[in-house]
Amino acid sequence: MNIGVVVFPGSNCDHDCRHVFQDVLGQDVTMVWHKETSLTGLDGVILPGGFSYGDYLRTGAIARFSPVMKAVKQFAAGGGMVLGICNGFQILLEAGLLPGAMLRNKSLHFICKDIFVRVENAATPFTSGCKPGQVLKIPIAHADGSYYTDPVTLAGLQANAQAMFRYCDQDGRVTPEANPNGSLDNIAGIRNAAGNVLGMMPHPERCAESVLGNEDGRLILASMVEGLKKTKRVETVV
Amino acid sequence: MKARIHVTLKQGILDPQGKAIEHALDSLGFKSAANVRVGKYMEVDVNEQDKAKAEAEVKQMCEKLLANTIIEEYRYELG
Repeated sequence: MNIGVVVFPGSNCDHDCRHVFQDVLGQDVTMVWHKETSLTGLDGVILPGGFSYGDYLRTGAIARFSPVMKAVKQFAAGGGMVLGICNGFQILLEAGLLPGAMLRNKSLHFICKDIFVRVENAATPFTSGCKPGQVLKIPIAHADGSYYTDPVTLAGLQANAQAMFRYCDQDGRVTPEANPNGSLDNIAGIRNAAGNVLGMMPHPERCAESVLGNEDGRLILASMVEGLKKTKRVETVV
Repeated sequence: MKARIHVTLKQGILDPQGKAIEHALDSLGFKSAANVRVGKYMEVDVNEQDKAKAEAEVKQMCEKLLANTIIEEYRYELG
């Protein structure tokens, strides 16, 4: 599979993503500068973490207007799998590819630590390697990760099993204490209605190999690779 | 024409910065301070003579980029 990792000015997890998909999972990786207008030849797309445009105005607010985002929208509309991690998730929200918005962490702190999330929906191409309800330990690193959406949209997310990961304790209990940032309904990651776009605040690329002492993130990224092999995507010409 | 644009979190959305400032004001003895809300202030020169056109432009700027209307509201003065 050929996986495109989009590089915005200020992305800083792009090479971690490249490393995992290329060196750990044995896939081809193409780094895609944000000025590119075509994603032709790619099977899947990653919007990596970082601080695109210095988080000016709002996280992801300016990156969403990068030329590449038009191509990402088309790619997603054609059924292509898109994964946004941390800042990538924030960009997907600002771009309207996923519903809702990010608020400043309730504590106002930048939080960088391992947290636990529960896999709420394991029947998706992003989570097929996980068991339903499995608890994953994955680090977060963000200041603006408090997920918010209106009550109607939240009900829709719940009804369609679009809330993919929820913050929980070590035993999988979704409690207010296990919510690191004040996210609505402990939401750590959501997918779109079609199921081919996933945004998540935790960083699976930071815990995907044994040498790092934690391979939980690999379950998600390896699932995505398997999902790509099964995905039939319609390529639209710009 | 200059647009003076204010963007704040919508009422009802928790503003942790506002809360922190409120606590700080309280501990400084400003017992009258309540409901602090933090926002952004932006000035934009709009090269447009017609006020109605300028206003339409500024509204578009707010809707498209300057505010995220899921969580924020905006207001502006033109002059």
